Amino acid sequence: MTERIITARWDEPDTVWIDRYLETGGYAGLRKALTMTPAEVIDEVKASGLRGRGGAGFPTGVKWSFVPQDTGKPTYVVVNFDESEPGTYNNRELVERDPHQLIEGAVIAAYAIQSHHVFVYCRGEFLWPGRILARAVAEAYDRGFLGPDVAGSGYGVDLLLHRGAGAYICGEETALLESLEGYRGQPRLRPPFPAVEGLYASPTVINNVETLCNVPHILERGATWFAGIGTEKSPGTKIFSLSGKVERPGNYELPMGTPVRVLIEEHGGGVLDGKRLKAWTPGGSSTPFLTAEHLDVGLDFESIQAAGSLLGTGAVMVCDERDCMVDVTWRLLRFYAHESCGKCTPCREGTWWVSRVLGRIEQGLGRPEDLPLLEDVGGNILFRAFCALADGAVSPLSSSLRHFRDEYEAHVRERRCPFTGRGPRPAEPPAEQEAALPGPVVIPLDEVLR
Amino acid sequence: MAVLRGELGEAARRIVARYPEGRERSAILPLLYLVQAVEGRVTREGLREVGAFLGITTAEVEAVATFYTMLRLRPTGRHVVSVCTNLACALRGAREVYEAAHRAFGMRRGQEVSDDGLVTVHEEECLGACDAAPVVQIDFVNHDRVTPERMGELAEALRRGEVPAPSRGEAPRDFRHASWLLAGLEGEPPEALVAGGSSVGSTARSTAGRGSSPAGTGPAPRTDPAAPADPRAEEEAG
Repeated sequence: MTERIITARWDEPDTVWIDRYLETGGYAGLRKALTMTPAEVIDEVKASGLRGRGGAGFPTGVKWSFVPQDTGKPTYVVVNFDESEPGTYNNRELVERDPHQLIEGAVIAAYAIQSHHVFVYCRGEFLWPGRILARAVAEAYDRGFLGPDVAGSGYGVDLLLHRGAGAYICGEETALLESLEGYRGQPRLRPPFPAVEGLYASPTVINNVETLCNVPHILERGATWFAGIGTEKSPGTKIFSLSGKVERPGNYELPMGTPVRVLIEEHGGGVLDGKRLKAWTPGGSSTPFLTAEHLDVGLDFESIQAAGSLLGTGAVMVCDERDCMVDVTWRLLRFYAHESCGKCTPCREGTWWVSRVLGRIEQGLGRPEDLPLLEDVGGNILFRAFCALADGAVSPLSSSLRHFRDEYEAHVRERRCPFTGRGPRPAEPPAEQEAALPGPVVIPLDEVLR
Repeated sequence: MAVLRGELGEAARRIVARYPEGRERSAILPLLYLVQAVEGRVTREGLREVGAFLGITTAEVEAVATFYTMLRLRPTGRHVVSVCTNLACALRGAREVYEAAHRAFGMRRGQEVSDDGLVTVHEEECLGACDAAPVVQIDFVNHDRVTPERMGELAEALRRGEVPAPSRGEAPRDFRHASWLLAGLEGEPPEALVAGGSSVGSTARSTAGRGSSPAGTGPAPRTDPAAPADPRAEEEAG
């Protein structure tokens, strides 16, 4: 068993309090950072090879080094705690169990880019994790790890907790900034990138919670130590959120590059009820499905990409032989249609129509030409919108068509779902979400099918 | 109705003061949560007052408020029951739980509020607790591994006026209380407003000294004391 780093304190409930955090070595990384110059801190994080854990995998130290210091404007650190990628729940548990680790990492980031202002954008639905974090922030102020004189260094950092209000898109960094500034959470065109013009048109670093939780350990134990864990290009550990059809779902911190088979079989106890695995996502619903053929693929950025998917957030959702991939894909496309912010036509219209077509196939009313239609629409969404939400929507669609085309064909041929037995009479659509769909007049399903 | 006047106006000013000078608009979400805590949802009047408070038009506030699902502009029950039906929960039987929630509260599909005004049932996207699928939130705190039977028990508890203990943490008293906490305020919303103005003049309870309760939900140790009731603010419940 390899060492757990950012989940090491999870077994102890008292870790949520600052006393226990300090007793177990907390804030040592911050103290060390404050003895270094900001440039040295950035160099250390660069040398560690730490890559962003929110999905894109961009090198964290490099991102920090992009922040200009001569603009005359304040600089900001924004913590992306708007965790909402389906299947992903490691940020929530990191904050619920060890909130000071995040605060420490965020303060180090602020020092490194010479910022005095940290904003934490906390997902609205995380009412309790947000309250735990607020309590920890108050403790950190009391003990001088936040405020005008961080750990006696004379350097000041303030942290403000800001709660979202229910919008998946706000996890996209420029949409998050729009939301934080008090607008609808719609993405911005880049460039300019947030490092140059982010929050309040000022230089801004936006980091995921898990990314920042690694930072105190890198400072304390050194870049070389960190770079020695995981793979050469994806160093460190990753928390994999395992869910769906497995015996023991949960967050498992493992070295990058660990084969997914080890995660599912050794840690997750195998597929539920001893069934056969059919499909899995490497990093949430926005990453293409992989199959039982890919169980020996290592969970790191490069290996997953070589296998035809993306590491994303490391959220492994498992489907077994009983699950209908058309139904699964339909559910996910309804999610994207619901969460599309409406700014870009290909995403707003495309996700809506794809979900309708998937619905009729699942309900036994699909036509043979629906399959090429889905591919065509998917191809016209991909890379044609401002942000990655649209591309994420295409991931489950194109990958399920690629790997499970026979299931789509069986639905059309048999005029029913071979798994659920859904017949030609359309089932009642889920009322609330259908009603909330963006787009033009909502045409009743019966008419669409005619 | 005046929402953001008197002591509540004072709370609103403290919310705005969290943000950098000249960036007051950033306070729009917490201000809308504050309005929702008082009104039980966000009404037209609430939108107008937030706009007036920030110096922007009602239309601009509405544009923001309609973007976010946790701000409820439609009639809303005393509690909001959110059933996650996204993939990880769907694979573990969430559809049945969602249907059970409707049955338990005697609601039709598409009905916004149960006939008794007790709940709004909301189909939710991934709630970020997939190891505990299927997940249900009542007023934004989690109930893990909910079966259709368990959903029925939770409904029974709510009907008895109880607040079921969540799987982790502390439950707010109701949707208004949750909104109050989401505004970054301490304690509970003024009783007078929640109870429909029947106890005008009573002061809000404080969470101080409540054991493991968070000492503050604000960003800094400068915490907001729960605002006492504004006697001028009269509002009907739910």
